[in-house]
Amino acid sequence: MTTESALNKRPEETATTQVERTRSRPYFYPNVDIIETADELTVLADMPGMRPDDVDIQFENGTLTIHGTVHDRQPEGTSYLRREYGVGDFYRTFQVSELIDASKINAAYENGVLTLHLPKAEAAKPRKITVTSK
Amino acid sequence: MLTRRTNGMDPINALRGEVEHLFDEFLHGAPGRSRFGWPMSPAFPALNIWEDEHNVRVEAELSGLKLEDLDISVVGNELTIKGERKARQPEDVVYHRRERGTGAFSRVLRLPVDIDANRVEASLKNGVLTITLPKAEAAKPRKIQIKATEK
Repeated sequence: MTTESALNKRPEETATTQVERTRSRPYFYPNVDIIETADELTVLADMPGMRPDDVDIQFENGTLTIHGTVHDRQPEGTSYLRREYGVGDFYRTFQVSELIDASKINAAYENGVLTLHLPKAEAAKPRKITVTSK
Repeated sequence: MLTRRTNGMDPINALRGEVEHLFDEFLHGAPGRSRFGWPMSPAFPALNIWEDEHNVRVEAELSGLKLEDLDISVVGNELTIKGERKARQPEDVVYHRRERGTGAFSRVLRLPVDIDANRVEASLKNGVLTITLPKAEAAKPRKIQIKATEK
């Protein structure tokens, strides 16, 4: 048990945030792709091993917070032969500078990838201005 | 090459890890463990392996893959996991961040016990690959009865 809890303290697992969490479980920053198109920002996050209702997404004052709860997967009655990665919750926050229409944010979770669509507010969309010559 | 999720918010830590890894490789020839004794696994995918009396269970985190993107085979006691995560088609988009790796990978694992290759099962659920490898009958522990003989 002692060995296991020590193993959990891998430097890359104990991510630092400004706000401390109450649970002492290790958590990870998921790898993300953030893509911008004319209409929206799309966030793709690798968060394997969750159920869709274990994901908690918040958007407030331009801060996007993604939190995913991951349950332990070690089968009962087994012992480790090799342990190359730790399992813990996912957590990451972003400051979004684009104007987002918060009411239209939607998310999907498939094959361990969370896809978040953040539609831009109408005012933030690029407008094509045609220049006419006289 | 695909890498596992990293501490994206802390470039100093990431850099330190990289440098340590390089020194380790330079000094000891065989990479495998960092100064802190943690296994530094450059191989992808990283694996967690458990065993009990009957099975060896191999688990890997493979987000964004479908079962048909994977090729799993067992020859003797060698398990091979091959696969590919395809890149998004180029579109008229701007990438703010691109941390999720793409590309093909292959990993061969030598199992410590003989496996009944006919009964190997694999499942992929929510980006977690689980392979159950039943141990061969000969590899299972046997309880040996000791009889006392009277002289």
